[in-house]
Amino acid sequence: MNYTVWVPLVLPLLAVPAARRLAEALPPRLAAWLLAGTAVALAACSTVALLLLAGAGALRLPPVAALGHFELPVVGDQVTVAAACVAAVLLAVVVTALVRTARRHLVLAARARRDAVAAGTAAGDLTVLQDPGPDAYALPGRPGRIVVTTGMLRALGAAEREALLAHERAHLAGRHHLFLAAFALARSCHPALRALRGPLSYALERWADEAAAAAVGDRRLAARAIGRAALASRPGAPRPHAALPATTGPVPRRVAALLTLPPARAPRAPRTIALVLASCLTLSAACALEAAHDLHGSIELAQGER
Amino acid sequence: MTEANASARRPSGELEASVLAALWAADGRALTPADVQRDLGTALARTTVTTILARLYEKGSVSRTRAGRGYAYLPVQDSPGLAARRMRTELDKSGEDDRGTVLARFVSQLGPDDERLLRELLAGAEEAPPAEGGEVS
Repeated sequence: MNYTVWVPLVLPLLAVPAARRLAEALPPRLAAWLLAGTAVALAACSTVALLLLAGAGALRLPPVAALGHFELPVVGDQVTVAAACVAAVLLAVVVTALVRTARRHLVLAARARRDAVAAGTAAGDLTVLQDPGPDAYALPGRPGRIVVTTGMLRALGAAEREALLAHERAHLAGRHHLFLAAFALARSCHPALRALRGPLSYALERWADEAAAAAVGDRRLAARAIGRAALASRPGAPRPHAALPATTGPVPRRVAALLTLPPARAPRAPRTIALVLASCLTLSAACALEAAHDLHGSIELAQGER
Repeated sequence: MTEANASARRPSGELEASVLAALWAADGRALTPADVQRDLGTALARTTVTTILARLYEKGSVSRTRAGRGYAYLPVQDSPGLAARRMRTELDKSGEDDRGTVLARFVSQLGPDDERLLRELLAGAEEAPPAEGGEVS
């Protein structure tokens, strides 16, 4: 095994910025698919690389060699014992993170659902929580539920409430929680993928915004609903770490996009960036495969089959 | 396609949701079917609204009192706010990322600059002429 095994581990550093750039130029739905897909593909390749590195180290252990009926010691790869040990530790970290993420996700979803059903009055797909704090969200499940607090309902006009309900329905219909869950698992596999989290949430929100605008037939109305809801739910004291000057957060950007972007028109995606990202993903997969092939070759060699 | 047709084609679950939202938004005032119809602003037939309210009453989601020849409806208030608050606390404990994973959220926190910018955007939107409110055609 040679340098190829390292490639999937470092490529996310290049692919992640490329994916972010590209997502900005794409319509929200496409951007969400791109970001989630990129994260999952990069995570899979880097995890395979870790597995191979750790596996190559393990093959040198006498018990493993005996189990594999090796007649010769494993030779010809450049994986050092230290690298294999580091890979094994990282792999353990990844597996732990994966299990924790999955568990927390399931537990939290179940609890939120149970509490919403126990607490609220329901009609159709809506559960109303008696809470003066304005809040609204979609709870995935079968069927999914929209949860809105009385504080939020009172902060909005009738038409704006419809836009809000349409927005949450779009989250449920688009199964956006699956994008987020897949991403959360992918992110557990490689730290560089963390930077895709913001763009993915933004793309999903924009996707739901556009669906809501289409449902109520009025982009301006949808924009107003989002803006009013955000202003209503703003806590009295500004949070210290939210106070980065000269940056505009996702809500103003969403509102501006609805107010300015003509429907069904998006700028063309920059070709170079798309090419860079495609190359990164292909290279990542190819190198993982090549490294697996190499390892397989050296096992056969050790077994005296060649 | 007229507006009435568009409304009629919506799944009944969505109409129930809209009606319940209107009752809660009324802030403790009991609403008659005519009030609900006016509030929703869409061309829902009065009979449709009446039917939906009757259905919600049967399910126990709303209560009603006599008002003239018909009824006025109030949302049912049970275990007020308590479980809601418990749920919110649980979610807040779980950290921003996990929370986002479970719940696709409508709004997010605004910084001071965000708030200023947002107000400007909305002010601009309000000045512009066309289609206010729910007058969709």
